[in-house]
Amino acid sequence: MVLTGLLSEGIAATVASAQTVQETSMTPAATTPSTMPKTPGAPTPDASVTLAPSTGQEGVRPTVSQRRNWPAPVNDQEHRLFTLIDVLEYRPKTGGSQGHDDYRWDIEGWYGGDYNRLWFKSEGQRDTAFKADYDVDFQLLYGRFIRKYYDLQMGGRVETQSFKGGNVTRGLGVIGIEGLVPYNYDFESSLFIDQNGAVSARLAFTKDLLLTQRLILQTRFETNAAVQRVEEFTTGSGLNNLEFGGRLRYEIRREFAPYVGISLDRSFGETATLVRQDGGNPSQVRFVLGVRAWF
Amino acid sequence: MNPSIISRRLLLLLKCFAALGLLAALEHLAPAQAWASPDNDGSQMPLSGEMIDLTIGEQLFRLDDRTAPAITINGTIPGPVIRLKEGQPATLRVTNRMEESTSIHWHGLLLPPAMDGVPGVSFAGIKPGATFTYRFPVKQSGTYWFHSHSGGQEMRGMYAPMIIDPIEPEPFRYERDYVVMLSDWSFESPETLFSNLKKQGGYYNFQKRAAGEFLTDVRRMGLWTAIKNYLMWDQMRMDPTDFADVTGYTFTYLMNGLSPAGNWTGLFRPGERVRLRFINAASMTFYDVRIPGLTMTVVQADGQNVQPVTVDEFRMGVAETYDVIVEPAEDRAYTIFAETMDRSGYARGTLAPRSGMSAEIPARRPRPLRTMEDMGMSMEGMDMPGMKMPGMNPSGDMANRNPSDDNPHREHMQHGSGTPPVQDMQEMPAMNADVQGRSKIPGAEPVKHGPDDHGPGNQMVAEYSQNRMGEPGRGLENSDRRVLRYTDLKSLEAYPDQREPEREIEMHLTGSMNRYMWSFNGKKYSEAPDPIRFRYGERVRLTFVNDTMMEHPIHLHGMWMHLENGTGAYLPRKHVVVVKPAERLSVAVTADAPGPWAFHCHLLLHMEAGMFRVVEVSDK
Repeated sequence: MVLTGLLSEGIAATVASAQTVQETSMTPAATTPSTMPKTPGAPTPDASVTLAPSTGQEGVRPTVSQRRNWPAPVNDQEHRLFTLIDVLEYRPKTGGSQGHDDYRWDIEGWYGGDYNRLWFKSEGQRDTAFKADYDVDFQLLYGRFIRKYYDLQMGGRVETQSFKGGNVTRGLGVIGIEGLVPYNYDFESSLFIDQNGAVSARLAFTKDLLLTQRLILQTRFETNAAVQRVEEFTTGSGLNNLEFGGRLRYEIRREFAPYVGISLDRSFGETATLVRQDGGNPSQVRFVLGVRAWF
Repeated sequence: MNPSIISRRLLLLLKCFAALGLLAALEHLAPAQAWASPDNDGSQMPLSGEMIDLTIGEQLFRLDDRTAPAITINGTIPGPVIRLKEGQPATLRVTNRMEESTSIHWHGLLLPPAMDGVPGVSFAGIKPGATFTYRFPVKQSGTYWFHSHSGGQEMRGMYAPMIIDPIEPEPFRYERDYVVMLSDWSFESPETLFSNLKKQGGYYNFQKRAAGEFLTDVRRMGLWTAIKNYLMWDQMRMDPTDFADVTGYTFTYLMNGLSPAGNWTGLFRPGERVRLRFINAASMTFYDVRIPGLTMTVVQADGQNVQPVTVDEFRMGVAETYDVIVEPAEDRAYTIFAETMDRSGYARGTLAPRSGMSAEIPARRPRPLRTMEDMGMSMEGMDMPGMKMPGMNPSGDMANRNPSDDNPHREHMQHGSGTPPVQDMQEMPAMNADVQGRSKIPGAEPVKHGPDDHGPGNQMVAEYSQNRMGEPGRGLENSDRRVLRYTDLKSLEAYPDQREPEREIEMHLTGSMNRYMWSFNGKKYSEAPDPIRFRYGERVRLTFVNDTMMEHPIHLHGMWMHLENGTGAYLPRKHVVVVKPAERLSVAVTADAPGPWAFHCHLLLHMEAGMFRVVEVSDK
């Protein structure tokens, strides 16, 4: 209809006048759509049509559509920043072994909306069954909410660890899926290709068991595997390690929960050999003491 | 003299000075008051007339021993009662004294689209320092309310009652008249609530099933059944305890602006008939309302006269209103008890012959559980061993469902033949009221969900959706009390437009508790900003299919929704309809109001998350 075009001009004019008038006092007539089309040739509907539409008068009624310059009626595209420190713990030295007091962290988070997010992740550990001394990594990923419960993530990772007393660093490409699988397990999987083409993978599941509303046992399973042997990252080909953990936390607030726990961690095959050669212990049971927090 | 009058006059005086810019800072410090002081004598001091001025400001609100910044209308929470007369013209000048834009939406009123007060749909909003003049003819009567439609302002205290007295005498009699406005207050900001839920959907739920309850269930159901039940919910990644997104963990539940300890009191003389105008102005809370010792006769729903129905209890969706008449005969106090649907708290007040009295506060009932029916699972599954839910009696529930009593499909399914019920299009109802006061309820028979799963932002679909208006609602189903159901609501008079809807628009209510995403048909408003078009003058059926596991109060602005609840020519008309989990519910709308109108879930955070649309009536 020709009217539509004319009306949209009328609307723009009305919006402008509404904003100026509003500073003092606005009369409803100025915003009533029925009085908008002042453009010559456009039929001017009777004002009473709008005020009393149920009278059933025939005639052209305004087609109004989304106004420019008006705020959105709802704010459903807000971006947020989320950081989850899932693991931040102290691992006291186990009696008898040559080990020492260690630390470990597993942090992840995102910035973005419901569908598109920039993810960041970092893990750090020292003297685990997989890493003889320390190992720290950081990931930066673009994630898209592709299917119910699942984000597809792609990006890069930098990993640095000690090997035979020195420091080695590599860059890796990452593709991963993170989400919630049936039976309410949080699930995180990643496939890595390092700068030399070596392929490895990581898979982790965690699940919360509620003992009370605030006392929660988090069970955790993590495993690493690799296609190629990468000696300086104490990675053998095949299954690298398996880890089971239980962390009992108390949510003082939802966002802040100290915990105690136990971690059973074991490396296998070539990996175990490499870890042992590097002075590590490929089979460990450790008590942990830490804090889970998010903001 | 009534102390509340004094304080109001004081406030008025203060405001006069403030208007002169002399005491602006002082006003900021003055705590906002609940208008209904505990000693309320019933006047509730309405604002009337053809010209009413409202001022929106930020003030400190005192609740019990704490104070927090709040948004007030004329300095109080709730704002002042506005009392108008059907047929009068109304001019309401709203001045914004805040730093942020605001708006007022006149909830349930039929008015020109530019007066509806939804920023981005009806107008640009009221900017800081500006005055907006709402002007419209008052074309209806009943109990309504008004509130901000800007962001989280409503949750911060910006709501108030509106009473419109009819031209014709009321079809019921009463000697006392009180507004009972229920709401919810948090000392956290709406933004914080929203953010917490976006980060952790179950943030406010402290009634999840934990180890202790599991052990109880093992004793009750047996080990294997209990394990299967818990695993089933886990398998579906659903929480059967999800009844309220925001709970008593952060909310204080208010009655006329007073906490349960504040005990709002309405006075009566024994033998008097008292009209209570219940308004659920909560942002996120469903209430189950009862007055132990009294039956309540529901005479209006959403401001519209209904054939009186006497109940012991009724559930109020957010933004609904119910007017009831009670007749307290004894010279004693009665507790008005509004328990939240998730049982995490309550609002409370008292009806008493003298001020200062109180009656026993009932114990809260246990938190209910969702069932397979709320999931819209295949009904066949319900007869499988181990699928029976605690607190649920599938056969009993079905008996409650009047509409499906004589449903052959149901029979079919219960025998587990494996044949899914087929939607019989020929049976799509002749809704005309040829049968005396009875008509078919759309969705009376289960309808299988189509192939569209509404995308990643929707957690599940109701495999079978069915009308549930004959049920009182989860948590009330096995009550000895007489609980109001939607099928009880019959309009007092038949409305003129009795046309069968010419076409049907099906809308699926969708969402994901996990990410706290809420939408229609799997799309947030920003993903589907184009209006839903109604042709001017048409009679259109809106069918809501709830694919989520929560109740949603769906609100259409500008036009009535005639609830297709099987009452023939007497379909009640509402501005908000509650759609239960896995329910298929239809309303008929006469598209008689040209212009753009907001249409949304009235749970404030669901709306903000995108469960919002624009409906546009035009002759295009």
